[in-house]
Amino acid sequence: MWQTAVDILGPDLAAIVAGAIGLVALVQVNTLFLVWLERKVSAHIQLRLGPMEVGPHGILQTLVDGVKLLGKELITPRHVDRKLYVLAPVVVFTGVLACLVVVPFDEELQLRDLNVGVLLIFAFSAFNVLAILMGGWSANNKYSLLGAIRSVAQNVAYEIPLLLVVLNVLLWTNSMQMSTIVAAQSTLWNVFWMPVAAVIYLICATAETNRAPFDIPEAESELVAGFHTEYSGMRFAMFFLAEYSNMFIVTAVATTLFFGGWKSPPLLGFLPVPGVVWFFLKVYALIFVIIWVRWTFPRLRFDQLMNFSWKVMIPVSLIHLIVYAGIIKIIR
Amino acid sequence: MATPLPESVIEQTYYLNMGPQHPSTHGVLRLFLKLDGEYIIEADPVVGYGHRGHEKMAESHFYEQFLPNTSRMDYLSGLIYNHGYVAALEKMAGIEVPPRAEYIRVICAELNRVCSHLLWFGTYLLDLGGITPFLYAFDDREQIMDALDRITGSRLTYCYCRVGGVARDVDAEFVRAIRAFIERLRSRFEDYHTLVTKNVIFIHRTRGVGVIDRDTALRFGCSGPVLRASGVPYDIRRAEPYSVYPRFEFDIPTGTAGDVLARYTVRLQEMEQSLRIVEQALEGLPEGPFKGRAPRKVHPPKGDCYFAVESARGALGYYIVSDGTCYPYRLKVRVPSFGNLQVLTEVLPGTLVADTVAILGSVDIVVPEVDR
Repeated sequence: MWQTAVDILGPDLAAIVAGAIGLVALVQVNTLFLVWLERKVSAHIQLRLGPMEVGPHGILQTLVDGVKLLGKELITPRHVDRKLYVLAPVVVFTGVLACLVVVPFDEELQLRDLNVGVLLIFAFSAFNVLAILMGGWSANNKYSLLGAIRSVAQNVAYEIPLLLVVLNVLLWTNSMQMSTIVAAQSTLWNVFWMPVAAVIYLICATAETNRAPFDIPEAESELVAGFHTEYSGMRFAMFFLAEYSNMFIVTAVATTLFFGGWKSPPLLGFLPVPGVVWFFLKVYALIFVIIWVRWTFPRLRFDQLMNFSWKVMIPVSLIHLIVYAGIIKIIR
Repeated sequence: MATPLPESVIEQTYYLNMGPQHPSTHGVLRLFLKLDGEYIIEADPVVGYGHRGHEKMAESHFYEQFLPNTSRMDYLSGLIYNHGYVAALEKMAGIEVPPRAEYIRVICAELNRVCSHLLWFGTYLLDLGGITPFLYAFDDREQIMDALDRITGSRLTYCYCRVGGVARDVDAEFVRAIRAFIERLRSRFEDYHTLVTKNVIFIHRTRGVGVIDRDTALRFGCSGPVLRASGVPYDIRRAEPYSVYPRFEFDIPTGTAGDVLARYTVRLQEMEQSLRIVEQALEGLPEGPFKGRAPRKVHPPKGDCYFAVESARGALGYYIVSDGTCYPYRLKVRVPSFGNLQVLTEVLPGTLVADTVAILGSVDIVVPEVDR
């Protein structure tokens, strides 16, 4: 089959098509798993069992839900800005796919090892904000609009400290290439010598993905469902896919930048475990922490959230950058 | 009221209808909000969506027939509503109640109060975005419901009190279950305090938010935890003692700040005090009949009567006008939620939309009770 594809499309194009299919499959399967994981973890935190009916321990529940969403009618309310309304779920999904192109799952398992990998990820993750704004604005619903406004303000505020701490890593490795960053951590993971940066990164990443306690844009007790209130069926599912895939992406980047990527943890290198397994283990461990936080804490208020970013996160990450830049300068 | 805003600002305002179908309006309350960005300029609670005409219904029923209606006004503390109604009738008709019945009424009323506050605790955290405490609170609440179900036969809309006593006696199994529950809830409170009360985000969301000062609370006729959190130690159980409450030792928790956090703290402490009362009542539960001598149909003498009890939300009063027949000429219920809800028009302006939910939740209204 691969041969046929190469014959028809030529080797380059065939590789791109195969990669794209692989990424879409990854996004779908990952989301199915994450939604299931979230439901299970939250259920056990809350003295419940969670989905138990479809498949062993309800593992197929999300698949069934997905099929249900596929079968639903796409309702377009009147008075919406049609073009933007239809485009928003597509845009949100495109950004997610583009980000995954440079994620190094294993030494050889990476779609493109661009020399500006980190830059590409942060550039395309901004698509998310654009899509939320488009969706919230075009839906012509006051709750959606409030959700979208909050989301943009929040994402802008948290992107700054996020990028500032990522700069630390880039200064240290002297490269934006994902594989080089992983290679630079073969002796010492970045998290061990810049733990503050890793913590700031994770906090900002939680905010970036609109997860509790920073889930202000879709605060269901205030704004019903926030920016996607008016979406239904597969369009809603696209936002859902993007949200969970974003969670995967930010933790995958965290794994690459701070937790040694696909490298085995220190002292466990003798185990015959492929790198891709370590990678996914680390990613899901981080995701577990994010889920855990969500089901434990109440939500911050919007202005408190902004204050936290501008008055705490940004100064701290700036000072961190200056200090570590100095250290790196002295060491080198 | 907030200070009047300049003309240029007012032009940029818009209206938001919060409710009657909204996840955080606790029933069918509609809040008509005038917003400037996310700040509220004006808030107007629109009530009446749950109006069923209970007071008018009473006029065409025998006194006893109205009893099931009482627990359907405030469905979260139905037993206290039962209690207030029969106590008003007993006062009017001069009917004696055996002590065992009074003790059982107090036990049930206090359990119902804990039940109501637990539900409030859970849903309030839900309003603030913390979903997990909700399920813990409901798990605890379930224990009370099961125990009350055993003796009253229902879980929510109780009709347990009777003129002159209660419908059924309690048994040893009930007493055992309640004792076990008290133990359990006390250990759970520690969890609640570690997880919620000491949580930084929770404190940030509640401290200094939605301050109702002493004067405002009094002016709007607030009662219950809302009034007590503003520093007025007014509790009907102490101020105008009824039933066997004077025999028990309990404190009236009050706050000083009048903010959301104070109301939260007052309610949590109140639950502990209720447990104390229940414990003492179980200890001193006298033997004897659970229902005294009462006529089949109550014919209160001509005249009127007001009787108030402390419901989970505050001062609940029944005003009954009798023309000497077995139908009330007029029955008026003074519900605590109505006064507590009115104060929102004063408190909400100047706050954020996110705080609306926090403040509305903290006054703990039950809309069917407001609308009746």
